[in-house]
Amino acid sequence: MTSMTADELVVAEPARFWSRPRKVGAGFVAAGVIAAALFGSLATDRPARLTLAETTAGAAVGINGTVGAIVFGLLAALAGGALLAGVGGPTVHRGRWFGALLGAGIVGIVLSFLCWQISQAPEGLNVMPLGDVTRSSLLLALPLIFGSLSGLLCERSGIINVAIEGQFLMGAFGAALGATVAGSVWVGVGAAAAGGVVVAAILAVLAIRYLVDQIVLGIVLNVFALGLTGFLYEQIMSRDQSSYNQPDPVPVWTVPGLSQIPVLGPLLFKANFFVYAALALVVILHFGLRRTRWGLRTRAVGEHPAAADTVGIKVLALRYRNVLLAGVIAGLGGGYFTLLSTTNFNKGMTGGAGFIALAAMIFGRWNPVGALVASLFFGFANALAFFLGAIASPIPNQFLNMLPYLATIVAVAGLVGKVRPPAAEGKPYVKG
Amino acid sequence: MTSPTTPPTAGDSSAAGAAGSPIGGSPAAGPDGSDGAGGQPPFAARLLRNLWTGNSVTVTALALVLATVIGAILMIVSDAKVRATYGYLFARPGDALNASWLKVSDAYANLFKGSIVDPNAVSRAINGTLPWERVFFPISETLTYAAPLAFTGLAFSVAFRGGLFNIGVQGQAIMGAIAAALVGFLLPLPVGLHLVVALIGGAVGGALWGGIPGVLKARTGAHEVITTIMLNYVALFFLSWLIIQQGIQMVGRSDAISRAVDGNAELPRLLASVGPSLRVHLGIVVAVLATWGVAWLLRRSTFGFELQAVGLNPAAARTAGMRVETTYVTTMVVAGALAGLGGSMILLGTALSLTTAVVGSVGFDGLLVGLLGRAKPWGVLVSALFFGALQAGGNRMQSFSGISLELVGVLQALIVVFVAAPALVSTIFRLRPSAGGDLQTGMARGW
Repeated sequence: MTSMTADELVVAEPARFWSRPRKVGAGFVAAGVIAAALFGSLATDRPARLTLAETTAGAAVGINGTVGAIVFGLLAALAGGALLAGVGGPTVHRGRWFGALLGAGIVGIVLSFLCWQISQAPEGLNVMPLGDVTRSSLLLALPLIFGSLSGLLCERSGIINVAIEGQFLMGAFGAALGATVAGSVWVGVGAAAAGGVVVAAILAVLAIRYLVDQIVLGIVLNVFALGLTGFLYEQIMSRDQSSYNQPDPVPVWTVPGLSQIPVLGPLLFKANFFVYAALALVVILHFGLRRTRWGLRTRAVGEHPAAADTVGIKVLALRYRNVLLAGVIAGLGGGYFTLLSTTNFNKGMTGGAGFIALAAMIFGRWNPVGALVASLFFGFANALAFFLGAIASPIPNQFLNMLPYLATIVAVAGLVGKVRPPAAEGKPYVKG
Repeated sequence: MTSPTTPPTAGDSSAAGAAGSPIGGSPAAGPDGSDGAGGQPPFAARLLRNLWTGNSVTVTALALVLATVIGAILMIVSDAKVRATYGYLFARPGDALNASWLKVSDAYANLFKGSIVDPNAVSRAINGTLPWERVFFPISETLTYAAPLAFTGLAFSVAFRGGLFNIGVQGQAIMGAIAAALVGFLLPLPVGLHLVVALIGGAVGGALWGGIPGVLKARTGAHEVITTIMLNYVALFFLSWLIIQQGIQMVGRSDAISRAVDGNAELPRLLASVGPSLRVHLGIVVAVLATWGVAWLLRRSTFGFELQAVGLNPAAARTAGMRVETTYVTTMVVAGALAGLGGSMILLGTALSLTTAVVGSVGFDGLLVGLLGRAKPWGVLVSALFFGALQAGGNRMQSFSGISLELVGVLQALIVVFVAAPALVSTIFRLRPSAGGDLQTGMARGW
């Protein structure tokens, strides 16, 4: 690191050499060189191959493991060098090339790492099926997409939602119970949304009406949801699994024609309800927040409620509505856990996904598209851990499982830094 | 912790003077207050009047009542037999009420018997038909559970007073337990010294793990809520990796369990002479000392002053010449050390070997303990004792009444929700605003 102290008071001065892009660039130069040296020396001369298909068979692109590890590491260093040279612009927000170079740096280091990992795998396993990894990235990212969209909808209207994890749990529980008891997966989807809304309603009333500290409230609601679903699971579900906890999975819908496109076709057009819903929500919220009257009002309420009130916007009503809507979204994300990724509800099954969703929201800078990209990034980190476990990686399984969490820390600490959340979030609005 | 914002309370904001004419508005003042005609109302009436205000004791007590009621509803709803009696509620309402009452009263009675004392056991011990060990067993369990909770509660509270949300208590406790265990079974040290070194090791382990989010916040601005939560998972995975390594894993075992710590490093049991099942150990004494230490730190030391100044207003603290970033780091280091000690209490006191679930949920429970104790050291100790009692009693409730232990988690969360929302409690019970201003959690703010 540099010897400069991070003093916010100096940020206003324009001529500071060690801007954030430069620091990130320096980091990438170092990481790239280390990656090239370390992964290059560890990799074998056997090819690291990549197929576009979902299986390991079929046409593959191959590269010598050592060469690949070194080349991609150096490419990352190069991207870092460009940032260091000032191409990244003066700040993270104003730099035109910052995003592209950042992406290039991350991709370079990941590829360098993969060249090592794949080339050392036993013969027959030394291939990465890109289609499969992409698919599992998207699937693992799904709850994060729902969760981060729920979080940002709340926060753009000025309410911090740390209870996403709790909403997930209630949604997952509701989905399993509803779908099994009613015998219909769509009742389950509805029950998932209802489960999320229950937590959201408590959050909304206590935060808006009774002015409770919203982070404290969110944390406690998570414990509450964990305890409640666990209790009901023990008392009701675990005693009669077949009549309370055996939901059918959501069906797969195929869009004729479009699903024939290689890689993206089966990914996006031969998918289930949750994939379509998540992507649709990203689009709807992206345009809704930017282009509609509702979006403008929501942003106004989140940035300056007093001003919004002055022009006649009903601040509290809008906040209530948005928090409940966010509850629906997070509840659907909870439904993913019981109606798609597994076949029944289990105590504490969400495993911190709600908190990663929160990080995805911050990483995505409170924007729907940013949240989508960040969620996919974390989903990829997760999918990578699974893939490396499958190819007999020398890295212990437990360390691979840390990957998504470490990626979150690196992303939030190294790449995001001081972000600007909606100005009024966390502050209850009291008229007058 | 009073703030100028008045929360919306129930209708009566009439000048709540000390000795005004008795008002019929508040339920408590009604019957007693009207007796004292002329002059001062009698002492009992005044006491009742002042009791029925939004002060912290009343709100906490009523929060308990509310949580108990909701817990009772959950018990009734989740019991198939009791639910069935509600099917013919209007035909024979007595059945439903009777079944509900039996269910709920039995459960809460077991909660009490499992945590404080079983009156039946006392009389049998006096008769000589039961060893005294059984009488002390509940209280011993309560104190055993309370010791680590006091530490994790303090770990959350110290950070909270410094304006930081330390959600990473769980991970810090895990790292503390790991360090204490490593010292406990790897270093050959004499009696006395070994325990001290193991405890120090636990504190250092937690402090290092707590320091990471502190440094990250100070240097990059990464929000501690995110980083601490992520570090919890990293710590858990590290633990699950560590305990199956050679030299760490217990010899002759294929499952994930580490070697046990040496006898020298164990926390000595306090009531070992009364009976072998009484697990209460020195940890509870250390916890009281730590509470006193934290109270001193916050109230009397320069560091404590800076910590609270930064917590209340970082910008003002900076203007006053305090190094806000350094304070963030030190605060998290201190919090982490306390959490690490909490993990060590479990390891050196009861668990002795590392497993993946060695610290249970002591870190997350610590958040609730800290919040319930309003982040004040002695309050935290009391709420740790209370949560320890709930844990101990919950065990008995689970085995004797068939109410699963998760209900205790629900009760704990509910109590803290109600304590954190004094305005809600005031509205439900129509409390009058208290003279010292109404209670608020007071720290509402953004990321």
